[in-house]
Amino acid sequence: MNTLIYTACLGLFCMLAEIFNLRKWIIPTVVLGLAVIFSLNLNDWNHPSSHYNDMLRVDNFSVAFSGLALLICTFLFMLSSDFYRSEENQKHISDYMAILVFVLCGALMMVSFGNLVMLFLGIETLSISLYVMAGSNRNDLRSNEAGFKYFLLGAFTSGFLLFGIALIYGASNSFNLQDIYTYVSSNGNNISPLFIVGMLLMIFAMLFKISAAPFHFWAPDVYEGSPALVTAFMSTLVKIAAFAAFYRLISNCFLFTLQKAELILTVSCIATLFIGNLTALVQDNFKRLLAFSGISHAGYMLLAIISLQSNTDSVLFYYATGYALSSIAAFAVVIAVIGITNSEKINSLNGLGKKNPILATLLTMAMLSLAGIPPFAGFFGKYFIFSEALRNGYSYLVLIAIINSIIGVYYYLKPVMAMYGGAANQDEIKLPISYSLVLWTCVILSLLLGIFPDLFVTLL
Amino acid sequence: MENTLQSVPQNWYLLLSSFLFCIGVMGVLFRRNAIIILMCVELMLNSVNLLLVSYSSYAGNNDGQVFVFFIMVVAAAEVAVGLALLVSIFRNIASTDIDVLSKLKW
Repeated sequence: MNTLIYTACLGLFCMLAEIFNLRKWIIPTVVLGLAVIFSLNLNDWNHPSSHYNDMLRVDNFSVAFSGLALLICTFLFMLSSDFYRSEENQKHISDYMAILVFVLCGALMMVSFGNLVMLFLGIETLSISLYVMAGSNRNDLRSNEAGFKYFLLGAFTSGFLLFGIALIYGASNSFNLQDIYTYVSSNGNNISPLFIVGMLLMIFAMLFKISAAPFHFWAPDVYEGSPALVTAFMSTLVKIAAFAAFYRLISNCFLFTLQKAELILTVSCIATLFIGNLTALVQDNFKRLLAFSGISHAGYMLLAIISLQSNTDSVLFYYATGYALSSIAAFAVVIAVIGITNSEKINSLNGLGKKNPILATLLTMAMLSLAGIPPFAGFFGKYFIFSEALRNGYSYLVLIAIINSIIGVYYYLKPVMAMYGGAANQDEIKLPISYSLVLWTCVILSLLLGIFPDLFVTLL
Repeated sequence: MENTLQSVPQNWYLLLSSFLFCIGVMGVLFRRNAIIILMCVELMLNSVNLLLVSYSSYAGNNDGQVFVFFIMVVAAAEVAVGLALLVSIFRNIASTDIDVLSKLKW
């Protein structure tokens, strides 16, 4: 709980810093503050507790995912000092930073909620801040459009989420996860149909938030139109927070009634995998490619949720960490290249291998990890999810997932081919130190995770 | 207050709010004017409010009514952001028709 309060204070600091003319200090303070909060957050490890009438429940699951969210944000804020360096952006820097810190607050609420009210507030805190950030490039129509599309669809689905919550409240007379769990387990076969409908509506809304098919249409558009740094937030922080919330919701409330929704989840998982991977094949915009890659990764994580068992949470956590680290590395390179060439096309990477061999190597490693090639974390994440699903008898789903990860290798290697072939499109890129630091840390961490997966998988 | 609410059978509240919710959904799906879509989203949220209040009254606990306040606050924040985005779009294209927004592949 302290994690959430300190993070909110950090957000307030960003807003006040503008008044006291401390703009230059905002980003260093936020990065430092997040690092401190990250270490404070670890204090809650193995100290489960609940706060404010069980509104927030701190357990190892929430500490782990809060830690991951804080780590992601620390990296992304380190990238932001260079991303917002222009004069126009510097004027609004305190707004941007404050809103992004509040996105993190929403994510922290989503991973540690103990009450459906808190889930709703977390999702809305995160989404409303993101609507603003997606449209934050005011003079660019594409950014406006991305923000507005995200807003309309997001508000539309929060309606469904709320209707689901209301029906569940009608059936079980409570918003508390524990009470709902007691209601479900004590009523056995006698569960009110209202509860089932409510559960399905909530699952639809969560599928939208994790951008699983058939609710994925917004993701590529919004990712492409938003400023690159905001896209990085959406595809790492938001996706992982939404998955953690989805997992927490299902494992704490819907465990006994899940078989009623299993068909929907299975169809959605298969559709997500195929649509994500097949559509990614034909993309030539790098941000859009990463959006479809995010959709396909949502499919793999959905597989982990379908085959829900006792230690799925650590597998999900491992996968999410691996995915986040490699995505951040990929986005760091994209942001650096967009800054130089002003083009988001994959062919703007042409010749990067000759001019900037280190940058190219790091991007290659990130891509290999996303594609799931050993010895990177991406491979073991997939391996654990597949073996978990196999053990629980979902062999046909695993087969489909394996076919899809083979398709995935092709489009992940497309940027790599572009980097090492073709004439150079850009001069040598001088990377700011913060970029190299983030890139190296992400790639090395994902390599370490891949080499020593046991340390992590037994964690939760 | 409790008794007034309970003079109507509980299922009627469910039917009424489902009906309002569906009108909202249809409006979002079929209208093309962004402001009307915003109003329809509000209608969806308000139908949920009605449902929560009636359930809360029948169940005899106040959780649902407190949640209604949260929903109102969030809905207000959402509309503020939505209208701001709409204004910045209107400045660029001088229209509130969402079909014009097709710069990005849908």
